[in-house]
Amino acid sequence: MAEQGLGRGSFLNRFPYRIVLEPRLKQPPRWYPVFLSLLSVAIALLIGALILTIAGGDPWATYAYIAKASFGSLGVISDTLVKAIPLMLVGLACTLAFRMKLWNIGAEGQFFIGAFGASAVVLTPLLPETAPTWLYIATMVFFGALCGAIWGFIPGILKARFNVNEVISTLMMNYIAVSWNNYWIFAVWTEGGFQMSRMFPKNAWLPRLTDFAAQVPLFRGLTTHFGLVLALIAAVVVWLILYRSQWGYEIRLVGDNPRAAQYAGISIARNTVLVMMISGAIAGIAGMSEISGVVHRLQGAISPGYGFTGIIVAWLAKLNPFAIIPVSILFGALILAGREIQPSGIPKMMNGIILVTLIASDFLLRYHIRIVRREEAE
Amino acid sequence: MEQPKPTEPEVIVSMRGITKRFPGVLANDHVDFDLRMGEIHALLGENGAGKSTLMNILAGLYRPDAGTILVNGRPVSFASPREAINAGIGMIHQHFMLVPSMTVTENILIGLEKPRFRLNLSAYDREIQALSERFGMRVDPRAHVWQLSVGEQQRIEILKMLYRGAGILIMDEPTAVLAPSEVDELFHTLRAMTAEGKSIIFISHKLHEVMQISDRVTVLRRGKVTAGGRSAEGITREELARLMVGREVIFNLQKKPCQPGNVVLKVEDLWADNDKLLPALRGVNLEIRQGEILGLAGVAGNGQRELADVITGLRKARKGRVLVGGEDITNQAVSKGIRRGVSHIPEDRTHVGTAPNLSVTDNVVMKAYNRAPIGRGWLFNALAASNYAEELRKSYDIVAPNIETPVRLLSGGNLQRVILAREISSAPALMIAMQPTRGLDVGAIEGVHRLLLAQRDAGAAILLISEELEELIALSDRVAVIYEGQIMGEVNDGNVDEIGLMMTGSRQEQIRSAEVPHG
Repeated sequence: MAEQGLGRGSFLNRFPYRIVLEPRLKQPPRWYPVFLSLLSVAIALLIGALILTIAGGDPWATYAYIAKASFGSLGVISDTLVKAIPLMLVGLACTLAFRMKLWNIGAEGQFFIGAFGASAVVLTPLLPETAPTWLYIATMVFFGALCGAIWGFIPGILKARFNVNEVISTLMMNYIAVSWNNYWIFAVWTEGGFQMSRMFPKNAWLPRLTDFAAQVPLFRGLTTHFGLVLALIAAVVVWLILYRSQWGYEIRLVGDNPRAAQYAGISIARNTVLVMMISGAIAGIAGMSEISGVVHRLQGAISPGYGFTGIIVAWLAKLNPFAIIPVSILFGALILAGREIQPSGIPKMMNGIILVTLIASDFLLRYHIRIVRREEAE
Repeated sequence: MEQPKPTEPEVIVSMRGITKRFPGVLANDHVDFDLRMGEIHALLGENGAGKSTLMNILAGLYRPDAGTILVNGRPVSFASPREAINAGIGMIHQHFMLVPSMTVTENILIGLEKPRFRLNLSAYDREIQALSERFGMRVDPRAHVWQLSVGEQQRIEILKMLYRGAGILIMDEPTAVLAPSEVDELFHTLRAMTAEGKSIIFISHKLHEVMQISDRVTVLRRGKVTAGGRSAEGITREELARLMVGREVIFNLQKKPCQPGNVVLKVEDLWADNDKLLPALRGVNLEIRQGEILGLAGVAGNGQRELADVITGLRKARKGRVLVGGEDITNQAVSKGIRRGVSHIPEDRTHVGTAPNLSVTDNVVMKAYNRAPIGRGWLFNALAASNYAEELRKSYDIVAPNIETPVRLLSGGNLQRVILAREISSAPALMIAMQPTRGLDVGAIEGVHRLLLAQRDAGAAILLISEELEELIALSDRVAVIYEGQIMGEVNDGNVDEIGLMMTGSRQEQIRSAEVPHG
């Protein structure tokens, strides 16, 4: 395995050492995956630095600027968190589905549809203008989750009944969701011909830190909203599902070996539909929290690709619900930095490089690398 | 120049002293094999006897550890199947290697150098049409492979080899996937090929086919030749069966006398299809009582897997009933059988029996996760699960660093212990054990045998499906024989000759009535 691809007469054969790859026969220690993830990020930063240098930039100044723009003050930390909230929720949605090896690429669409469902509560209106905030939040979470769940149910049932590839169906449903929202924005809920709805009443807003500035002066101007609490609750719930519920056990078993699951009497079709629905519901809550916590109206541009970045977040966190939180904050920082840095493609490039190094690092979880002297090996 | 004698056709392949060792198995032990020009030479033996290994060596897939191969009198050493094909030797495997979305002609041309750039398909279509007609094979060269039946796909594989100029064809159990009418057509084609001077090696374990088609027979057993190049005329089925199965019993187990109780499993007139939708079970009747082991003998692929699948609920029956403890569980969910106390040691440990990346804990609770104390309400009690796993690890001697280790890191014997621990700890009423010792070393085999006997003595009804006849006879209280989806008969005195005959398609009544006149 070690020398595949090297020709017999290759000059590398004259090198006194060679690299041997061996499958790991023992489980690596617990810290090792975490270490690998951090190492991947570090290597990604180095690769990024190289590209920045070639492009004529100063990488260290750029990184310093990114760090300052995202973590430099209480204000920007708060902004970073605001960006991280939808990533956490979407990342959790993907984590749940990916654990069963259901490739839900449709979190973006479920996000949009969740935003629609939450907006419908205000704009239809389902609740009177004067309803208390807690009732608004509860109803909007419910409808956001419900709409997301429906958006997950469709590819789920198609997969369970007709074995339709969920990658394609969820991806396509993203476009339907955006167009669906556009219809309501343009035609039904438009405000004076603009492509957006009217502003939601204050009691339909998620509480923000700045709302408590009267009690705690430090919170003045901080936009971190109640969605953070929702995301943290969701992380705990997903962890409980995966590791402390029978259903979670079924998900993990189906994910690792569907035939073994069948043999153990577990219904794969039922779990496919359920997991897609819950995954969709969590992504829907992400849309709700963005609408009600940040935008405060339904409009077209509500997501800079949160649904897709969430996939990366889930992978980087190695599908661990609690690791989603720090990883989302890192990516929130990169999104925020995108506003500050020109060209704004640099943080996007960093996203991509991190993903590549990360996927590559998985290899090291399975294989040892040993460097041996040539004579010794032969 | 030496002229070949007219009575003895020229020997074109001669294998001498072929030895091939795999980890833990001596697959071929000094095997000699000759092939003459224009003959059909059957290679007979049970599964694991070393037939496929020997032919894979001839076809260039494996290299022998020792021995020589002469083709047309010249020593050869093939490093790849391509070299073997260049020497005129082509092998047709049981699993076809075809591209479903391409046409017949395209599939035959794959890998050839000839159509360099411009692909004039219709010219090749005609060429292949002519070739197929020459050997009496009906194939439409323009058809796409996905539209074709298994029999037609096999013809493409044959054409592929003929098109490449193969004079020697190795066919690895070609009839295993065919319907009876297709078998006749295949035999017709084989005769047409030998008439043109091509030679065929026909790997099989079906006696009647061997008697029907072959000129000479070589029988392998446990990697050794028990009959080399015997003329098919004048050899009896009984003799072939004995050569193939052998008769010595090597196991010597301490077994308490059987004390059968109530009927636990009753299978009535069961019919079911295999994965290719051909009938695999054709009216099976069985009965197993408490405290009894029923062994099911048979050459692989005669319906054993389908029977285990239908009883455990993994496969739908077309007709008939499966009763466990008097309750009809035919075509019910798998979980219903599990609740009725059906446990199942599957044939395929890594793909069915375990989840390789999950921990020992997660694997041993696979059937207990939704019952107290591990499952309560919707909760999964992780602490109870690891206590349970730790207990099983100790009592079943599962060698693993800890219970959090993913089971893919365990050895075969330990993996089987994980499965046994799980299946036995549920105190099953009925246990379906499929090939429970395959691939294990002697020590592990003994452990498995002891666990099965302990279950029997504790009152479980056990269906033991195995291809190891010695194992079946040593462990079972009764041995039933399955052949092409039907039970041929049942013995309880370990009569190997009778079992061997039934395994190759004779009914017990026929055997016994044939014996009477001789006294």
